[in-house]
Amino acid sequence: MDLTVIWAFIIAFAIFAYVVMDGFDLGIGILFPTFAHGPERDRAMNSIAPVWDGNETWLVLGGGGLFAAFPLAYAVILPATYPLIIAMLLGLVFRGVAFEYRWRDPRHRGFWDFAFTGGSLVAALAQGMILGALLQGIAIEDRAYAGSWWDWLTPYTLLTGAGTVAGYALLGACWLVWKLDGEGQAHARKLALRAFLATSVLMAVVSLYNLVLRPEYADRWLSAPDIYFAAPIPLLTAILAVLLYRSLTTGGEGKPFWLALGLFLLGMAGLGLTIWPNVVPPSLTIWDAAAPPRSQSFMLVGVAITMPLIIGYTAWAYWIFRGKTGHEGYH
Amino acid sequence: MFDGLDALLLARIQFAFTVSFHFIFPAFSIGLASYLAVLEGLWLKTGEQRFLDLFQYWLKIFAIAFAMGVVSGIVMSYQFGTNWAVFSDKAGPVIGPLMAYEVLTAFFLEAGFLGVMLFGMEKVGRKLHFAATLMVALGTFISAFWILSVNSWMQTPTGFEMGANGQFLPGPSWWAIVFNPSFPYRLVHTVIAAYLTTAFVVGGVGAWHLLRDRDNRHARTMFSMALWMAALVAPVQIFVGDMHGLNTLEHQPAKVMAMEGHYTSHPDGAPLILFGIPNSKEQRVDYAVEIPKASSLILKHDPNAPLAGLDTIPEDERPPVGVVFWSFRIMVGIGFAMLGLGLWSLLARWRGKLYDWIWLHRAALVMGPAGFVAVIAGWVTTEVGRQPYTIYGLLRTADSASPLAAPAVATSLAAFVIVYFAVFGIGTWYILQLMKQPPHSGESGVKRGADGPIRSAGITPGPTQNPGDPDELPRNQEEAS
Ligand code: HDD
Ligand code: HEM
Ligand code: HEM
Repeated sequence: MDLTVIWAFIIAFAIFAYVVMDGFDLGIGILFPTFAHGPERDRAMNSIAPVWDGNETWLVLGGGGLFAAFPLAYAVILPATYPLIIAMLLGLVFRGVAFEYRWRDPRHRGFWDFAFTGGSLVAALAQGMILGALLQGIAIEDRAYAGSWWDWLTPYTLLTGAGTVAGYALLGACWLVWKLDGEGQAHARKLALRAFLATSVLMAVVSLYNLVLRPEYADRWLSAPDIYFAAPIPLLTAILAVLLYRSLTTGGEGKPFWLALGLFLLGMAGLGLTIWPNVVPPSLTIWDAAAPPRSQSFMLVGVAITMPLIIGYTAWAYWIFRGKTGHEGYH
Repeated sequence: MFDGLDALLLARIQFAFTVSFHFIFPAFSIGLASYLAVLEGLWLKTGEQRFLDLFQYWLKIFAIAFAMGVVSGIVMSYQFGTNWAVFSDKAGPVIGPLMAYEVLTAFFLEAGFLGVMLFGMEKVGRKLHFAATLMVALGTFISAFWILSVNSWMQTPTGFEMGANGQFLPGPSWWAIVFNPSFPYRLVHTVIAAYLTTAFVVGGVGAWHLLRDRDNRHARTMFSMALWMAALVAPVQIFVGDMHGLNTLEHQPAKVMAMEGHYTSHPDGAPLILFGIPNSKEQRVDYAVEIPKASSLILKHDPNAPLAGLDTIPEDERPPVGVVFWSFRIMVGIGFAMLGLGLWSLLARWRGKLYDWIWLHRAALVMGPAGFVAVIAGWVTTEVGRQPYTIYGLLRTADSASPLAAPAVATSLAAFVIVYFAVFGIGTWYILQLMKQPPHSGESGVKRGADGPIRSAGITPGPTQNPGDPDELPRNQEEAS
């Protein structure tokens, strides 16, 4: 396998890690208004406070990695989705500081809770729309973005945006089913079911839309031999969806979260398959955008050494704060 | 709000604004992380409650500053692509990997151990907790290492080749790229700057509490620690700054000409202009107060050495003089003021008056924020002084920008300005509120009651009454982990 392909997988892994890890804490932000003031909100917040910074670092790795391994893709996608990127960043600013601020200022806790939700919602929506804008294709001329101002705003991108919001809400709710007990858990379970329905519907609609979005996508999914690779994905997705629904309705605790993760993994695999070997559809392939081998191999050394360590101590941090999030200290 | 400005200028303002805001927080959190490690280490070594109290006191402040640093930093890592797309495409193969290394070796380390540092004292025991604090401190340093290497490469690019498609490509040795000529100086100077910034904040807070209660033991401890730092490190910083300047003279002479206000060449000894008003239209410094031949003495170690001026540089390659001239003087002025306060504190110690010399406390209070001003002034000198290039001598700022229309950039700039002033202004206010509280015994740290995030694993028993008290820490868990 050549370096460029390895790097495509590394970036995809970083994005996947980001989507599921920050996905569940953004999801909690999105669902926040439905929680009762007081202990329920505090516990939801506390279940993610020690890990959110680490989760968000995957976003920096996704962006930074893209910059380093596929500079041209970075240089095209960001200007093409400029307003979305700015909105996402500002959303992340608000929700990031809300973690600290809400404890510092009980009188304005309501406001910071609102900022937490608003920021999470905007960030999730923007991320989904960026994905949509990428999938529908970006016009490039002379190594630069050549489209117009509003290319990123279409019914399709709105759909992918909504799908991402629903998916993150699902992850967040499943996380809370796992981390809470009692009433909080029952509430989270109800939310998870609703988010599950919304996610399934939107996932299905976006998948079907993809078939008419660009002719080459339909070829990829509907004609041999590609279909042999493609067909298992919707199949497995359907199976996981059934399992997830059953687990949610029959009292699963940790299991729904892992099944939701599986759904996301399959979603990513489907998208990867759809655009491969492009990094920016319709025409910029990963090889066109790739940094030279010297850059890629230098970084690969770094990834090989640090990634096991990162995964190790990240797992350790999660392990330290394992188990149900309590409300000790509030009496 | 920004009518009549072109997209390029707006993009520059936006970058300068967001990065300056960002750097305020690292300047503080790099130093504070190390200070926290020192405090926790002293507590572990001596078992003295007062060090733990101070640790908990500053930890709360650190948590807020760090959160602001993180969110403003995430913005930075996307600014390259949104606003400087051409630059990103061209320089990505060289600086991208360095920034990727920053993420891999620094950001994950900080983020991975931050949660444990803030909330994990009861869960992991003292030793592991101390290790987590050290990791966070180490992470901030590694982060500075890589990002300053990137910035220095843009100032003094070495070790690259030009690709056929106009990209800068890495040469055979990454060593030559990472350790480019200005990097060692910039790294040392900036990290010391962060330490000094923190020392003066800590000293200022200590002074404030001493002014209200000169018997406060905790205030005494932090005041004394901070002023040792000032007294010992300010002179080092001046020395390092001088070396940095000599290095700049070698690699970016036009920047030094702007710093010195030398519009014209001086064939036999250049004067050191202390103050004056640079007048770029007339190519001279008005109302200059100068010491004859002193500039040649400092820069060339010979009073009669000739020094070239901006008149030897083509007009379209000159940096703006006014900004650089002033920002440089602000930084150097603060450097000497810091030295002055450090020396004063030595005198006070010698006379046994460190804790009751009211004017010393007042001066330290006033100097509390000085580090931030010096740090920003220093960066302005460095960055404006390298104009009109982003990659010095090779890629012009004007040729680096994204193909964006002015209204788009103006809108995002306005949004950044409003959001940053609101959000970070409020955060600064919260920090000031925390600083206003006198440090006391049994300081509570980030968690406690409804006052902060609490977490505990259902598996192990939760914290006992007073998490701030070392004797209350469950030792069995320390062994268990
Ligand atoms: C000399 C030090 C220094 C300088 C010049 C910069 N930074 Fe920074 N940055 C840090 C020192 C630092 C830090 C000390 O490591 C921070 C501050 C607070 C924190 O969380 O880490 C940080 C945070 C931070 C983060 C958040 C990391 C996380 O998620 O934990 C990002 C993405 C960046 N920075 C990116 C940048 C970029 C793109 C810069 C240049 C344009 C930049 N920083 C300048
Ligand atoms: C954190 C401290 C920093 C501060 C306060 C700072 C400040 C500034 C300022 C004021 C400018 C505007 C100069 C002008 O337009 O006349 C500028 C430009 C620039 N800086 Fe920095 N800088 C910092 C760090 C960095 C780093 C670490 C990098 C690279 C990784 C960097 C990359 C750039 C680039 C690409 C420009 C050119 C765009 C422009 O001219 O605005 N800066 N910076
Ligand atoms: C009298 C003492 C000082 C001298 C002679 C001095 C000298 C310099 C010089 C020549 C530069 C520009 C280097 C270049 O871009 O080529 C610089 C940059 C800078 N200075 Fe200073 N400095 C002094 C004090 C300080 C102090 C007290 C601080 C902060 C507490 C500080 C913080 C900075 C920073 C952050 C930069 C930008 C980064 C860099 O290029 O290193 N300096 N200094």
